[in-house]
Amino acid sequence: MSTVVFARHAMTAAERLRDAGWVAFVGFILGVPLIGLTTVDVGGRLAVNTRFGLLAATVAAVFAGRLLLRWGLDQARERKQARSAAGAPASADERAQGAQKVVTVLGWIALGAAVALPIFYSDNRYVVDTATTVLIYVMLGWGLNVVVGLAGLLDLGYVAFYAVGAYSYALLSTQYGWSFWEALPVSGALAAGFGILLGYPILRLRGDYLAIVTLGFGEIIRVILVNWTEFSGGPNGISSIPRPSFFGLDFARSAPEGEQTFAGFFGLDFSPMHRLIFLYYLILVLALLTHAFVSRLRKLPVGRAWEALREDEIACRAMGMNTTNIKLSAFAIGAMLGGFAGVFFAARQGFISPESFTFAESAIILAIVVLGGMGSQMGVVLAATLLVLIPEFGRNFAEYRMLLFGAAMVLIMIWKPGGLLSHREPTVRLNPLGRAGAAREAAR
Amino acid sequence: MMLTMEGVHAHYGHIHALRGIDVEVQVGEIVTLIGANGAGKSTLMMSLFGNPRASAGRIVFDGEDITRVHTHEIARRGIALVPEGRRIFPRMTVMENLQMGAAHADPANYDADLARMFAMFPILEQRQSQRGGTLSGGEQQMLAIARALMSRPKLLLLDEPSLGLAPIYIRKVFQIVRELNRDHGMTILLVEQNANQALRVAHRGYVLQHGEITLAGTGAELLASPEVRAAYLEGGHG
Repeated sequence: MSTVVFARHAMTAAERLRDAGWVAFVGFILGVPLIGLTTVDVGGRLAVNTRFGLLAATVAAVFAGRLLLRWGLDQARERKQARSAAGAPASADERAQGAQKVVTVLGWIALGAAVALPIFYSDNRYVVDTATTVLIYVMLGWGLNVVVGLAGLLDLGYVAFYAVGAYSYALLSTQYGWSFWEALPVSGALAAGFGILLGYPILRLRGDYLAIVTLGFGEIIRVILVNWTEFSGGPNGISSIPRPSFFGLDFARSAPEGEQTFAGFFGLDFSPMHRLIFLYYLILVLALLTHAFVSRLRKLPVGRAWEALREDEIACRAMGMNTTNIKLSAFAIGAMLGGFAGVFFAARQGFISPESFTFAESAIILAIVVLGGMGSQMGVVLAATLLVLIPEFGRNFAEYRMLLFGAAMVLIMIWKPGGLLSHREPTVRLNPLGRAGAAREAAR
Repeated sequence: MMLTMEGVHAHYGHIHALRGIDVEVQVGEIVTLIGANGAGKSTLMMSLFGNPRASAGRIVFDGEDITRVHTHEIARRGIALVPEGRRIFPRMTVMENLQMGAAHADPANYDADLARMFAMFPILEQRQSQRGGTLSGGEQQMLAIARALMSRPKLLLLDEPSLGLAPIYIRKVFQIVRELNRDHGMTILLVEQNANQALRVAHRGYVLQHGEITLAGTGAELLASPEVRAAYLEGGHG
């Protein structure tokens, strides 16, 4: 179609208008059946209603959007031409830094959206629940990212630590009456202990061998939980796990004598959504703390040692680094974060059983880290969102759901073999352009 | 005496890779170790680091027995290794690589050492924020040497530093070895297949064959020795 202009030069205003006009026309043709006409149920019969107002608005939006798109593309091209005319082709690293800036901005936007989400969907249980699930996986992904992404130790049994955290809280709260906040650090420490327990025997293993042993470890924990009925309730799991309270205020319809409920204290009408929104913000805060913690560690010697270990173990030892401690610390911290996520999971569900801690969970968490781009914190967020939402959107496709899920994973790996965000942000940047770059800037 | 190996044996599984090695390195010396592929040169280097640990014999570094000391502990006592194949950290920047080298050095020296490395290897300053893996082979070798020097070692081990480099970088590597020794008094143990160049810069050398030292002498003596000439300089690896 010659009227939609694929111009190599910047377009004139008239060309832009004509181009946008054509696109709007195509939008109109498509829009008449899709938007303009709709069927309604009138007393058991179908009748056709028209929505031409909405159609007009859509066509106008398409027109404006096309104009903006062309304008933006032209701007980008002009800037690129100006840069190459200046004779300084952007190096791969400089481009990557540009990409990094975009990712940072996107990160802040995502954070804003995450904070605002329950405000817009305060009465939509499904949305808040799904978002909470996404955040649990984000947190698990960030935890596993320490082990796999930073330290380069392939762990296929990560769900074991998730289970340790969940069962620790479940048992401490139902048997000993511990509150969520008391149990959280203890459960994290327990999970870290299990991380070290797993870490010791496999210090000498790497790659495939390491993966097999960690896989076995994950299964051992699950099999113990299934079979040790007196301890864990076996396949029946543990139920009526107490929910976390808001500084001592319960999210119940009515409070026991002498106590207050959350709704009562703030003078609100009781709504079951209060608890869901509280849980959502709770996991958001936990996830953000995890992110801050891991990002900080990455810039400390221990974090850099993890990355050096991933890059080259022999060189690491020749630099005087104690690889035993480095590996154990990675396992312990990864396990601790998984344990925290487990505590939250148990508190949110109110019921846990070994069913929730199968190998498939480990595989999904690992997929989140790998698809996101090993070691990339923002990549984990993207991948976790995708991997939770794809099956959700896929519900309409019933049995083809997992097919869709698999296809999406394959496509991502073909399109981005290094993961969605594979750029690694350096931990130090003294002079971003290097001296040569600075001189080039000065000469301009 | 900087380093003494007395009757060192080492095994890789069932392979008896070193069979009673006696090597000495004195303070301020360049000592080179030449030999064919598989003679045990790299094993000797690695056994100094306790990886594999010597199965018999004694290794004394700077007056202390290090035969049973952990690898990372040996590195912290002042031996730095430039490994075969460079083994820089490819996804980390040049700057980060250098910092890893200084991980166990006194932080007070860091700025001065960094400036010294940039003076010695200007290319590293230009590429400081580039990822190590994007450097050329020769540049990576410079980075590997600089990274090792950042720990202020007493003894520098260079394992095949000229392997796979362009001629201009081979010259540069040997020039650096000479300068480090002459201007900074660095003691260097150099493993090389490039026997000719190695013997020219070295004060003394050892010839390693099938896990044993078969010849020892000054660089000039070995260069003139008919056996060395026949095996390593003229007739290939006869």
